[in-house]
Amino acid sequence: MDEFLQRALLGGFGVALATGPLGAFIVWRRMAYFGDTLAHSGLLGVVLGAVLHINPQLGVVATCLLVALALVLLQRQRRLATDTLLGILAHATLSLGLVALAFMETVRVDLVSYLFGDILAINAADLYWIWGGGGLALAALAWLWRPLLAITVHEELAQVEGVAVFPVRLAFMLLIAMVIAVAMKVVGILLITSLLIIPAAAARRFAHSPEGMAALAGLLGCAAVGLGLWASLRWDTPAGPSVVVAATALFALGSVVPGRARRY
Amino acid sequence: MSVEPLLTVENVNLAIRGAPILQEVNLRVSSGEIVALIGPNGAGKSTLVRIVLSLIRADSGRIWLKPGIRVGYMPQRLTVSDTLPLSVQRFITLGAPATRARVQAALEEVGAPHVLDSPVQAISGGEMQRVLLARALLREPDLLVLDEPIQGVDLNGQYELYDLISGLRQRRGCGILMVSHELHLVMATTDQVLCLNRHVCCSGHPDHVARDPAYLELFGLDGAQRLAIYHHHHNHRHNLHGAVVEPAERGAHG
Ligand SMILES: Nc1ncnc2c1ncn2[C@@H]1O[C@H](COP(=O)(O)OP(=O)(O)OP(=O)(O)O)[C@@H](O)[C@H]1O
Ligand SMILES: [Mg+2]
Repeated sequence: MDEFLQRALLGGFGVALATGPLGAFIVWRRMAYFGDTLAHSGLLGVVLGAVLHINPQLGVVATCLLVALALVLLQRQRRLATDTLLGILAHATLSLGLVALAFMETVRVDLVSYLFGDILAINAADLYWIWGGGGLALAALAWLWRPLLAITVHEELAQVEGVAVFPVRLAFMLLIAMVIAVAMKVVGILLITSLLIIPAAAARRFAHSPEGMAALAGLLGCAAVGLGLWASLRWDTPAGPSVVVAATALFALGSVVPGRARRY
Repeated sequence: MSVEPLLTVENVNLAIRGAPILQEVNLRVSSGEIVALIGPNGAGKSTLVRIVLSLIRADSGRIWLKPGIRVGYMPQRLTVSDTLPLSVQRFITLGAPATRARVQAALEEVGAPHVLDSPVQAISGGEMQRVLLARALLREPDLLVLDEPIQGVDLNGQYELYDLISGLRQRRGCGILMVSHELHLVMATTDQVLCLNRHVCCSGHPDHVARDPAYLELFGLDGAQRLAIYHHHHNHRHNLHGAVVEPAERGAHG
């Protein structure tokens, strides 16, 4: 196997193993739109990284966190619904990123690879980022698991039972920001949400516990990466979108095959 | 029975966007005591409960909870998203870690022994109430805060759960603050009733409150009469069975 293909597979698997379980929480908490908005602001983070001469991934994490905090504050006023706020922020931050990029004549950024990912160009340094950052995110998720699940089921009940709701929510946002930064190289900021949502949605029918659904989402994500890369080489299609199409195909397949009977 | 205060609420006020929701509310729950909050829809009962639990802040007033006590809470509504695969057992142990056997025992105590492995979305509304109560009980609380604990529970179940709840204060000595619309049950089993309609209309022992003009005004003659009908019906049955008839209220026949 070509070395670039090995790296692409390794990187894709690393991303899918992190986005699967995190995506399960995004599905349970109905935060798909929220994740999408953070991802859109990622481009602004790349610009920030270039301006401050820091690693673009760090710039993305910082920007996503700022946008998440802005959202939390904006949600306090109740004049605009959350989906409206998300719609505004998603496209405002993406456009700001594009405009800022145009001003920076000295910095050359491969726009298309940031928007749609460039999994076949993953290098060794990227792999460290993916497996380091993804592993850290997964470890943190495992540590947060119980309180996060409790506030997902019912926030007020969890708070009365002693869960520190606000810190847990903040930590979860940080995890989303980290995983977006890590996944950007693989599927690009416009398609990251699909790797979070689709494997988790596909796993729902076959899962009987939260942990089972999270694990299965990770595995299905890996399968989508493998299938997508194969199809991309076979038919010379763009790799990132092919992975998303493969994930969607798995989801569709999972919706029609007869599932195991649920225990009642 | 010791009468050690677990919770005191003093002069609490809350307005939401200029509209007063709670005005000068005072409340006290001691260990081994059941305090019932009654009042029409929108009276501010759930809001007061949230303030007591520090889920929202009052504009003014004082909330005091005995330091270090464990609180069990049963919210008015709880639905779990269908996207989350969660069994009743997992749901209950989210509140406090417990072995499968203990969860099963708690479910038997609340009269829902068969739902242990059911998906939490698949059980009925009355079963959900029982599951919520089991979750609150497994925390071994010193103070139980129940927001309409028996809504949606079948008639027999209502009596059973009420007996269970009022038995708890004797067995575990915990204090109970409870919102309820079931006047006949409230009047029969609680130590103190607080009649709320954005402010405390009247409060005290159930017998005392039932005669208060503010109570009659709040629940109308209709509510008061229903209560009378209940008592009347009760007397009549005893009569048929030949049991000693208590002196009838409101001039009912004996
Ligand atoms: N977050 C909020 N924003 C605006 N109004 C609110 C809010 N929370 C409560 N209210 C208002 O406060 C009033 C009291 O509400 P609350 O839920 O406490 O009533 P309740 O006594 O529990 O009624 P029910 O018997 O129907 O449960 C209602 O009129 C409600 O509209
Ligand atoms: Mg209420």
